[in-house]
Amino acid sequence: MIPPAFDYVRPSSLPEALAALAEAGEDAKVLCGGQSLLPLLRLRLAYPSVLVDVGRLPELHGVREEGGHVRIGAATTHDEVLRSPVVRAGCPLLPLATATVADPAVRHRGTLGGSLAHADPAGDLPAVAVALDMEFVVASAAGERAVPAGEFFVDYLETALRPAEILVAVRVPRLGDGWGFHYEKFHLTAQAWAVVGVAAAVRPGGAGGDRRVEEARVGLTNMGPTPVRAGGVERAVRGAPLPGAGAGGSPGGAGDGVRDAAALADEGTSPPGDLHATPEYRRHLARVLTRRALLAAAA
Amino acid sequence: MTEQIDAGMVARQVAESDELGEPVPGRREVGAARRRKEDARLVTGRTRWTDNIQLPGMLHVAFVRSPMAHARITRVDVSAARRLPGVVAAFSGRDLAAEQGGLPCAWPVTEDMVLPDHPPMAVEEVRYPGEAVACVVATDRYLASDALEAVEVDYEPLPAVLDMTRALAPDSPRVHPEGNRAFVWKFAAGDADAAFRDAPVVVERTFVQQRLIPTAMEPRAVVAQTDGDSFTLYSATQIPHVLRVMLAITTGIPEHKLRVIAPDVGGGFGSKLQVTAEEVLALLLTRRLGRPVKWTESRSEGNLTVHHGRDQLQRVSLAAGADGRLRGLKVDLLADMGAYLMLVTPGVPLLGAFMYNGIYKMDAYDFTCTGVFTTKMPTDAYRGAGRPEATFAIERLMDELAAELGLDPVEVRRRNWIAREEFPYATIAGLTYDSGDYAAATDRALELFGYDALRAEQAARRERGDPVQLGIGVSTFTEMCGLAPSRVLGSLSYGAGGWEHASVRMLPTGKVEVVTGSSPHGQGHETAWSQIVADALGVPFEDVAVAHGDTGVSHKGMDTYGSRSLVVGGMAVLRACDKVREKARQIAAHLLEAAADDLEFTEGSFRVRGTGAARTIQEVALATFAAHDLPDGVEPSLDSDATYDPDNFSYPHGTHLCAVEVDTETGATKIRSYVAVDDVGRVVNPTIVTGQVHGGLAQGIGQALFEEAVYDADGNLLTTTMADYLIPSAADLPEFVTDRTETPATTNPLGVKGVGEAGTIASTPAVVNAVVDALRPRGVTDVPMPCTPQRVWRAIQEAAG
Ligand SMILES: Cc1cc2nc3c(=O)[nH]c(=O)nc-3n(C[C@H](O)[C@H](O)[C@H](O)COP(=O)(O)OP(=O)(O)OC[C@H]3O[C@@H](n4cnc5c(N)ncnc54)[C@H](O)[C@@H]3O)c2cc1C
Repeated sequence: MIPPAFDYVRPSSLPEALAALAEAGEDAKVLCGGQSLLPLLRLRLAYPSVLVDVGRLPELHGVREEGGHVRIGAATTHDEVLRSPVVRAGCPLLPLATATVADPAVRHRGTLGGSLAHADPAGDLPAVAVALDMEFVVASAAGERAVPAGEFFVDYLETALRPAEILVAVRVPRLGDGWGFHYEKFHLTAQAWAVVGVAAAVRPGGAGGDRRVEEARVGLTNMGPTPVRAGGVERAVRGAPLPGAGAGGSPGGAGDGVRDAAALADEGTSPPGDLHATPEYRRHLARVLTRRALLAAAA
Repeated sequence: MTEQIDAGMVARQVAESDELGEPVPGRREVGAARRRKEDARLVTGRTRWTDNIQLPGMLHVAFVRSPMAHARITRVDVSAARRLPGVVAAFSGRDLAAEQGGLPCAWPVTEDMVLPDHPPMAVEEVRYPGEAVACVVATDRYLASDALEAVEVDYEPLPAVLDMTRALAPDSPRVHPEGNRAFVWKFAAGDADAAFRDAPVVVERTFVQQRLIPTAMEPRAVVAQTDGDSFTLYSATQIPHVLRVMLAITTGIPEHKLRVIAPDVGGGFGSKLQVTAEEVLALLLTRRLGRPVKWTESRSEGNLTVHHGRDQLQRVSLAAGADGRLRGLKVDLLADMGAYLMLVTPGVPLLGAFMYNGIYKMDAYDFTCTGVFTTKMPTDAYRGAGRPEATFAIERLMDELAAELGLDPVEVRRRNWIAREEFPYATIAGLTYDSGDYAAATDRALELFGYDALRAEQAARRERGDPVQLGIGVSTFTEMCGLAPSRVLGSLSYGAGGWEHASVRMLPTGKVEVVTGSSPHGQGHETAWSQIVADALGVPFEDVAVAHGDTGVSHKGMDTYGSRSLVVGGMAVLRACDKVREKARQIAAHLLEAAADDLEFTEGSFRVRGTGAARTIQEVALATFAAHDLPDGVEPSLDSDATYDPDNFSYPHGTHLCAVEVDTETGATKIRSYVAVDDVGRVVNPTIVTGQVHGGLAQGIGQALFEEAVYDADGNLLTTTMADYLIPSAADLPEFVTDRTETPATTNPLGVKGVGEAGTIASTPAVVNAVVDALRPRGVTDVPMPCTPQRVWRAIQEAAG
């Protein structure tokens, strides 16, 4: 539980940080909140030569509205996400999922950018990123580029970030009015990672006995090496009748259309098998939880 | 599956427990809900935990551990590590072989038990993953860790032995040359064959007691020191006294040259009831190097190498009449010893042998236990040690019997339990239960639980096919506590006695120092002992200090485990107080110019009956100190010792009821309510009792729903972090409703029974019974532990065909 020796630098600006990274080469690692990287180091699963701490870079902080989206600095902690009125108003799904991350101690240190850059498919926020079509603002010594969420997550713990790049911020497109949100996390203890999670955004239409799903976005946590956008569900659920107001979300009270659409949740996924769940069980959970998430978001 | 903690409820419970602690006339302190006097220093950390100890010139040791379950060691080369900066020394097992001796097993349960050599550091062969094969000693912890990577070890893999049943097959690979069967131990009473012959109902089940990892908050830690002649070992241990004797025997350091200190210790649950390889090696290293040596385990190292708990395969059958009355019980147990026999490894399953009959009457009982070697971490005592396993089996069987007969599970128990009038009762397992009132505890629990209303809700949910089903689980348990009468331990071939020692010293100013041989590691002895002394000597609670855990201070003791501290150690304190009081009485009589028999002792004063003349015990203490005017032949001292050896075990009991909601779509179980009514006899401090019950419940529920040590097919431990080995936190547990009935023990004057393990023993079957009860209409008759969502879901799938 003692990390191997490494050097540590804490530059005071983004250009300095980028220079430090470029200079250190392939063995350098960006450090932000340390909540994923330090456990890896302590288990000696990684041997970086130098850690470049970006946690206090001013360019990576701040939450603001910009045109049609909310821009959130990469070094924004989970706790800051939870407290930000701008985030709560502009992209309510993110705090819903963030509230399920670990415990207060971890949420005070861990960051949104770190979670996304770490790209653990069991993390709760990558699924939100793909469901909301976030855009990743990435900087290198050569300048800035934007990467869509659909291209950012490449493989297990692997992203489109190149070695000398830093994630500066994410841009979350604002959905229009009338959307409901829900993050359904299935975990074994209160502080455990998701066995499966479902991030859902639903825009219901109609009224009273004739409520229907107009549009839905669904992201899946831990159903493959990368977060999964459940396109099949999104298409199938369009137009599905919803139970009357108040009844949604309770298991068994589902509209059949939503159930049928949710049954497609595991299509095309390749869920992992581990100590706590087989792939088969994860598939089953994805179907059940997707139905619950859709109904809860629509309620 | 999570619940928010209701702070208001917690506050209310504290207030309620304070009410229960109303002073009783004549028993001023015993029974009062005193806040624990040790907590301020424990929770602020302004105290000595072993890892806080810094000694001049101290070195740090780190261990290279086997990555394999089973292998021959063909080469260990520490030379490169020795050359690294800060490294002072590095050793292989071979380097230490001549002096390291073997780790002891104090419980040879049968004469022909296989007792393999257990070198603290492996020399020829490793037999479990994590076994130490080399060590590096450096000037700090970090350099020692870094240098581990420079140690080269070559292994020639040998087959892992993982499954107990297969390990017993003649063609199985062997853990030790003597074979994988460590021992076979039998007990029989009554004619079991007759009981089973023509029995109208026989319930037969196989239960798996999964392997558990005791998770104390404080990891193990050791500091060893020498001045060249004598040695001091600081260790986060439950058993400083036992440890000193054992280390003297195994290392050859004479007992009087070895001082063992257990500073404040942050939990143990049995895991620190051990003589560990690291303790022995730290001593050897300090002897070789002449400098203090420290080791503190990491959590992952601990998961691998803290002795594990449970791991038994229970094949049990119960014979009963058509009316549900029990006839006989057969138990055939395989107990996984792991790779070696440690301090009490083989004895743990046998502590359960006397408990399978629970609180019930029956005609016959047959018990066989086979100890089996595997290439896993050795098992040993873990909270309850043998008794949770036994209680689980009988309480699961009672629910199954009820289902078989279509009877209410509470009713089946009522028909079989020992009635209040029948005590003392000689059980089929040969114990004499001194007292108890199972009906009273059960009735109280049913009332607090709202049993009938929950059954009605269960029926309604079943009726409407609710995807969330309600299950109700019952556990009416007893346990044997207060280890133990020395004669009984002798008859079980245990290597030591079961007495406890205490000294009580009256200081000149009337304050009192108590030295106890019990060794607290979180239980609150200092508070409870102070309450006992306050009543016995009539001094204020605040005027009592309790010393413990240091063989240089408390020279004699048997330490803390097996819910023994109050029942045995508390009794020793009381006896020592009695002697102090009698000495003081003689001196008081002299000072008052009265006959000792004419004095009564009330509220801290000796009074001459019928006159107003009196002397406080503090006055007597000062007069004794001055010694100017003592009766002829009386020594100027009130100080007294007592060593108490109990005549019998004590038998706490209780009724625990658990309601769970099982989400049949996901398999998730949520505990909806939990009621624990315990009878632990007289209560010295209700707050401490409630705390012990809460913690015990958390660990018992942990076994039922969350915890399991998992080895893969190659014998690697997969659950090496707390992300893999899941223990419940407060947020995963319901709000416990606890209450008590009080049937005093008749075997000790305090009337106490012990409470340290009750919650753990009772709760596991209550929870699993509830889960099975929820699913019984779907054809589910068992769910293996831990009843994780996936296991529950699978049980539903399998029952559905
Ligand atoms: C006990 C515990 C429980 C947890 N439970 C959960 C949970 O339930 N759900 C969940 O989603 N997460 C959980 N986490 C992880 C937590 O969310 C972390 O905060 C997050 O994964 C990493 O954020 P960080 O800022 O700490 O990143 P770090 O640990 O500092 O870095 C993580 C990785 O991202 C890279 N990185 C970080 N920032 C940048 C950047 N700006 N640009 C480029 N690369 C960067 C680092 O190089 C590293 O590879 C848990 C963590 C702990 C310790």
